[in-house]
Formats: sequence, structure tokens, C-alpha cells
Amino acid sequence: MATVAAVIASTHHPFYYRASTATGHDRPPFADEWVAKIESFRQTLTRARPDVLVMVGSDHFHQLWLDNMPQFLVGKAPFYDANFYNEEREFGLPRMLLRGHEELSGYLLRHGLEAGFDLAFSNELRIDHSITCPVITLRPEADLPIVPVYTNIFAPPMPQPRRFVQLGQAIRKLVESWPSDQRVAIIGTGHLSLELGGPRQFGPHGPDPEFDRKAVEWIASADLESALAEVSLDSLWEPGNATHGFMDFMLMMGVAGENVKADYTDSLDLFHTMEAYFTWYPKGAA
Amino acid sequence: MSKYLLNKFLYTIDRSPELVERYRSDPQGTVAWWETEQANRILNCHNCESSTWLAFTGPEREALAAHDYVTLFELGAHPFLTLTLFIALFERDYEEPLAFQREYATRLSHWTLPYPDIAT
Repeated sequence: MATVAAVIASTHHPFYYRASTATGHDRPPFADEWVAKIESFRQTLTRARPDVLVMVGSDHFHQLWLDNMPQFLVGKAPFYDANFYNEEREFGLPRMLLRGHEELSGYLLRHGLEAGFDLAFSNELRIDHSITCPVITLRPEADLPIVPVYTNIFAPPMPQPRRFVQLGQAIRKLVESWPSDQRVAIIGTGHLSLELGGPRQFGPHGPDPEFDRKAVEWIASADLESALAEVSLDSLWEPGNATHGFMDFMLMMGVAGENVKADYTDSLDLFHTMEAYFTWYPKGAA
Repeated sequence: MSKYLLNKFLYTIDRSPELVERYRSDPQGTVAWWETEQANRILNCHNCESSTWLAFTGPEREALAAHDYVTLFELGAHPFLTLTLFIALFERDYEEPLAFQREYATRLSHWTLPYPDIAT
């Protein structure tokens, strides 16, 4: 059976690429500290020696649109072109081409049905910065095949937080039952408190530092009971109008396993939002 | 009220470099053209197959034609779509990084929770 070599959850900040590559006058004052944290975080994936990456993210109204909106979708294609014109324009993100892992995509789709998840699929998916940001931060060589998993954290009505957790638990079981000798890293990105297009956007910190403090604690200890007790579709508007991205962190807590402490935790208080990085090494993954 | 159609306008303009410039320089003309020619296009269907019923309300049309992102927020347009497109339209007019985004926040600062419903 396949080995889950690492479980990794992080924020995805689209400005990292530009900040980390800028030089001289253009380089922001916080860039060096940010790069150092990312390079340390990257080691946690490198150390796991993965062969394939399951990448959980969320399309930001790029290919998926309101005339046909899936709640959870798995890409199944040999390749994924990546990043869109408006991400190039606003964030300076490069166009990328990533290889897919069709066999593992197919396995998740077919056996997901048995696990109670009727997942939507796409055979031609262009992926956006929710997946390319962690490729850039964690595996800049972009040399490993991926299985993209998209969740709807963007267009209400969205699935319940509990459903994200259940999907994470199902993905973990499915990967562990995949008949293969490959080492799989499961990586997902979301947000802590975040406001976009509202009065609390682009402040000196995230819009709700108290939520961020609690959220980092919940994630670092995979404290699903506390997170599920406090978080609902309605409550997530309060820390910031784009905070439903926290549900992708809840999915990753489901992947990591309830109450399993992260082996690596780090965070960085940036303008506009807090960055946070977590890695778990499942037992027997060495 | 057609939050969906507002979002469709923001989405389809934002993904085209040519339309971003056209909407910046001629908002009224672009909105009129778009409502006549594009509003009923089903994006993932053959062009011959269109819808027949989509139209802006008066306030929606006026807000788009006036580049009025405060009213778009109040009408329940998706804030991510509005922000992304308006950064493309106007960030270039500000010297300091994020100055446009901060002004945008200030102009919405009379809003407290709950914000307008964005469900479509």
C-alpha cells in the first residue's frame, strides 16, 4: 500500500513569489524573514521524500464558475497548466505546467464513491495560485506529479465545515489503501482570518488576530472538537469575509488525524493576513 | 436583483486584458455593449445557445457604469471579483503600494457585520 509520507497544511500567499524574487529597492523589508521561514518549511517536505503530491486548494473563480459550481472536485489529467492572466497581472505569478498522476486521481474518484463522496471530476483543469503557491514554496522544482483536489470555500452555499473534515479523513484512508509503493505527501492550503473586498482588508495584520491565535492552536494540535464547536458557515464571516478558506485547514486536520500534534509549526504575522505552516509525519512514514 | 449577472460581468471583464482596458476608459459604453451582446452568453456552451432572460436592474447598471465599487459591495456582488477587477483598473493610478486597496477599505468603512448577502 502507498505510504503517506507527510501531511502539510499552510496558508497560500500569492505575494510570496514576487516578494521572494524582488531585489534592491523593490524588495520588501519583510522578504528575508519570510524566505527563511519558507526555506525551513520546505525542508519538511524534502525530508519526506515524496513521489507524488495530493494538493488541496480552491479555485478563485478562474475555471470554475457560478453556472456550474462543484463543491468538491478532483482533477484527473496527465498535465495541468497553471496560473491565469489575472494572477500574472496582480501577483506576477509565472505560467507553469505540472504533471498529473492519473492513476491516483482515478483511485480517489472511484473509491471516493464507496467512501460516501460523489466527487466531481475534471479531465482538463487549469489550476490557480491556491495550488501553485505551495508548489512554489514547498517544491519549486515543480517536478512531482500532482492530484489536485478543489473545494468550494468561495461561493455560498458551501459545504459544512464538518464535511471538509470528513473529506480529509476520507482522503487519508483512500491514499493509505492505494495499492502502490509510492510515497504520497498530502498538502493543502487555506486561510486564517482574511478580508478581501471589504472594509477590513489590507490592514497591518489579519482582520482578526484573536481568531488567528486560536486557529493556529487548533491546527497545531488537530483539535477538531474545539474547531468544530466554534466554527460554522455563519460564524466564519465574522473574522473576515474570506475566512471560509479556513475550512481547507479543517480538511487538513482531518487528513492529519484528530488530536495528532503537528511535528512542525511556524507562523509569520504579515500585513493583511497571518501566514502559518504545519507538517505532520504519520507513524511509519520514515 | 441579479447578483449573478453582476458577478458575471466582473468575471468576464476581469479575465480579458482588452476588456479591462475598455471598461477602464469607457465604462458606460462597455456596460451597454456587454449587457446587449454578452450578458446572455452561457460561458461554457456553444455561442448559438444562449439564455434569454438576463438583464441588470437600473441600480446595478448605474453602479457598473460609474465604477462604483461601494455600491457593488452593497448590492451583494462577490467582493473578491470586485476587488480583483478594480485593482486591475485603478491600482496603477496610485504611487504607494496598496494605497488603492487601503482607500477601497476606507470607502467601505461605514459597514459593520453583517455585510450584504453574497449568495447567488
